[in-house]
Amino acid sequence: MADVLALDDTGPAELAGEELRELYRLMVAVRYLDESAIRWQRQGLIPGYAPQLGQEAAQVGSGYALDMSRDFVFPTYREMGVARTVGVDMVEYMSTHKATWHGGLYDPKASRFAPIQAVVGGSVLHAVGWAHGQTLDGAPAGELGVAITYFGDGASSQGDVHEAMNFAAVMKAPVVFFIQNNGWAISVPTERQVAGGSVAARAAGYGMPSIQVDGNDVVAVTQATAAALAHARAGKGPTVVEAMTYRRGPHSTSDDPGRYRTLEEERTDGGEDPLARMRARLLADGIADEAFFEEALAAAKAEEEQIREGINALGPRPGTEMFDFVYQEPTQALKAQASAWREESEHV
Amino acid sequence: MSEHTTLSDLEAAQDNTTAADVQQESVQNFPEPADAGATETMSMQQALNRALAEVMTENPRALILGEDVGQLGGVFRITDGLQKKFGEARVFDTPLAESGILGMSVGLAMAGYHPIPEVQFDGFAYPAVNQIICQVGRMNYRSRGTLPMPITLRVPSFGGIRAPEHHGESLEAMFAHVPGLKVVSPSGPNEAYHLLKYAAARQDPVIFMEPKSRYWQKGPVNAGADAAGYSPNGSRVVREGKHLTLVAWGAMVARCLQVAELAAEDGIEIEVLDLRWLKPIDAEGLAASVAKTRRAVVVHEAPRTSGLGAEVASTITERCFGTLKAPVERVTGFDVPYPSGDLEDEYIPNIDRILYGIQRVLEYRRG
Ligand SMILES: Cc1ncc(C[n+]2csc(CCOP(=O)(O)OP(=O)(O)O)c2C)c(N)n1
Ligand SMILES: [Mg+2]
Repeated sequence: MADVLALDDTGPAELAGEELRELYRLMVAVRYLDESAIRWQRQGLIPGYAPQLGQEAAQVGSGYALDMSRDFVFPTYREMGVARTVGVDMVEYMSTHKATWHGGLYDPKASRFAPIQAVVGGSVLHAVGWAHGQTLDGAPAGELGVAITYFGDGASSQGDVHEAMNFAAVMKAPVVFFIQNNGWAISVPTERQVAGGSVAARAAGYGMPSIQVDGNDVVAVTQATAAALAHARAGKGPTVVEAMTYRRGPHSTSDDPGRYRTLEEERTDGGEDPLARMRARLLADGIADEAFFEEALAAAKAEEEQIREGINALGPRPGTEMFDFVYQEPTQALKAQASAWREESEHV
Repeated sequence: MSEHTTLSDLEAAQDNTTAADVQQESVQNFPEPADAGATETMSMQQALNRALAEVMTENPRALILGEDVGQLGGVFRITDGLQKKFGEARVFDTPLAESGILGMSVGLAMAGYHPIPEVQFDGFAYPAVNQIICQVGRMNYRSRGTLPMPITLRVPSFGGIRAPEHHGESLEAMFAHVPGLKVVSPSGPNEAYHLLKYAAARQDPVIFMEPKSRYWQKGPVNAGADAAGYSPNGSRVVREGKHLTLVAWGAMVARCLQVAELAAEDGIEIEVLDLRWLKPIDAEGLAASVAKTRRAVVVHEAPRTSGLGAEVASTITERCFGTLKAPVERVTGFDVPYPSGDLEDEYIPNIDRILYGIQRVLEYRRG
C-alpha cells in the first residue's frame, strides 16, 4: 500500500526480537479476550459487545507505539485492543459492556485514555483540543505530548471529523488521526461511505502528511504510528494514518451480517488473519517457536479468566451515582430529586 | 372512593408485580380499534414497516434515507425489504452523518420530494439539531410558505433496552420547543401504523418518535381500506376512569395501563390518556378528561426540568384550575444523563413511582 504523502521521517526504526514477541503476546491477549466477550454475551454475563476481531494488528500496533507518559488516547467504542495495549484496567474497561457505566469505570485521566465514546466521530475534535493544550503548555519540540484519535471509515463522513482535521492543521496541533478503515460501517461498505476511496487522501487537502498502511501488518502499523507520533512530537503538526483492515466479526452482538455480506465475501475480503500473519513471520525469522506461542496463549487464557471473574463480581452501581456525577456543584433541585428517589425506591 | 383513600393496599398489590410483568405488557392492554374493520395482529415494527410500504406506494415522491436503512432494513428492521421493493433510488443508505441526512432532506423537500429520513437512535439526532432547528423548522416561514418542509423524521426513541450511551434519550421537549415542528409518538402497533401514514401525508415536518422498547410487542392493527374511521388527531383515552387522569405517551402508556389495572383492584378508577401528539398538545382532550376526574398525573421518561410534563401540567391548570382537586403531579425521569443499563430501571418511572405520584394527588389537602 503506497503512502499518499510520505512522512518526512528518516524511515521506520527496526523492531527488536523482544518487541516483536511482545506485539504477538498482546495480539493474542486481545484476540482471546475479544472472542471470550462474545461468549460472555451468549452466556448472559454481558448484554452486548462490539468485537474488534481482525483489527488486532491495527489496535495493538498503534497502541504499542505510544508513549503513555505523555500521550493521550481518544477512543471510540471498538478500541478494546488499544485499551489493553496501553494498560487500561480491563475489568474497568469491559464494565461498559456489562452496562455498569457508559464511559467505563476506569479513571480516564490516570489511564490517559478518554471515556469510551458512543457517538461516532464524537471525540475527534477533543483530541485536537487536548493536543493544542500541549502546544500551549509549551513543551519543547521533541517532547510534546501527542493526542491519538481512533475512528472508523464511517466516522470519517461526519462533519466534525472534517472540522477536526482542518482545526488541527491550522493550529499545527500534535494529533495523530488514526483511522481503522475496516471496510464497513454496520451494513454500509467503504465504497458507499468514503468518496475517493481513501480517508488518508483527504489529508492533502488540509496540507498534512498521511500514510495508508496495511492495517493487518502489526509491524507496519507500529512503524507508521511511530513516525506520525515523532512528527507531532517534534512540533510539525497533525498527520493521518489510515490502517486498512477488516471487521471480521459482526458490528455488534446484535448485528446479523448475513443480511449484507456472505461468508464467502468475508473470507476473501478479510484477507489474511493478522494474528496468523505475525505468527508465520516470527516463525520464519526464527524469533519465536511453538513453545512461545503456547506460552502466549496460556497467558492470554489466564488473563481472560481474571477479567471474567472481575466482570462477574461486578454488581450494579448504587443508584445514587445517577445523581452524584452530573455536576461538580450539584443543584438543590437535583439533591431534592435524589432524596425523593431514595425514599420511593427504598420505601423509606 | 373516599377522599382519604391511601394506596398502602395498592403497594401490597404491586409488590407481587415483577419486572417480568412490566415487560409483558401485552395485547389486551390496547383496546380494539374503534371501527370494526379487518384487524390483523402485528408488532409495532411490522405496523411501521407496513405503513412505510403503503406511503411509498401511494406517494411516488416519498423517499427513505438514513444509515443502514437499505439492505439491512435499519437496525430495528423498520425499513426491512423496502429497498428491494422500491429500488435503491427511493430507499437509500447515506454516508454516516446525521446533519447530512437532515440537510439533504431539506434540499430534497425543496425539490418537491417527501423525505422520510431515519436517525438510527434518538441520541444521534443531536448531530442533526442544527439542521432540524435552523432549517427544517423554519424554511416554510423564511420562504413565506413557498417552501414547505414535508419531512417525516423517524426517531427510534426512549429507553428500556439496556443499550449503550445515547440509545435511550427522550427528546420530545427539545423538539416541541422548536417553532415549525410537529411531534408525535405512537404507543402501540395500531397507533404506529395510522400515525405514521398520517404524518407522512402532511406538508409540515413531523418528528415521529418510535418507542423502541415496544417495537416487538404485538397488538391488533386495523390496516388498509377499513382504516378510514381512525382519527389521527389529538389524544386518545385508552382506559376510562373517574378518579384521576394519567397522561402519558410512547412506552409509558402501557405502563400506566398496568398501574390503572392495579389501582382498579382497590376501587380507584384511573383514566389513561395517550397524548399521542406532543406538539400540538391536545388541550381540549386533556381538559375534557380532567374536567371529569379532577386530578391528573403526567408520566414521562425524559428528565423532569422543562420536560413536556410541565407543558401538560400548565395546559391542564389553565383550563381546569377551578375544578382541580390537587396540583398536577409529574412522575418523570431525573435531571441526569440517561444512565447505563444497570441503572435504567431506577431512572425510568416504574410502577411504584407512578403509584406514589397518584397517592400524593389523592391525599392532597388544600392549605
Ligand atoms: C453519531 C452517530 N450516529 C450513528 C451511530 C450508530 N452507529 C454506531 S456504530 C456505526 C457505524 C460506525 O462505523 P465506523 O465509523 O466505520 O466504525 P466501526 O463500527 O466500523 O468500528 C453507527 C452508524 C452512532 N453511534 N453515532
Ligand atoms: Mg468501519
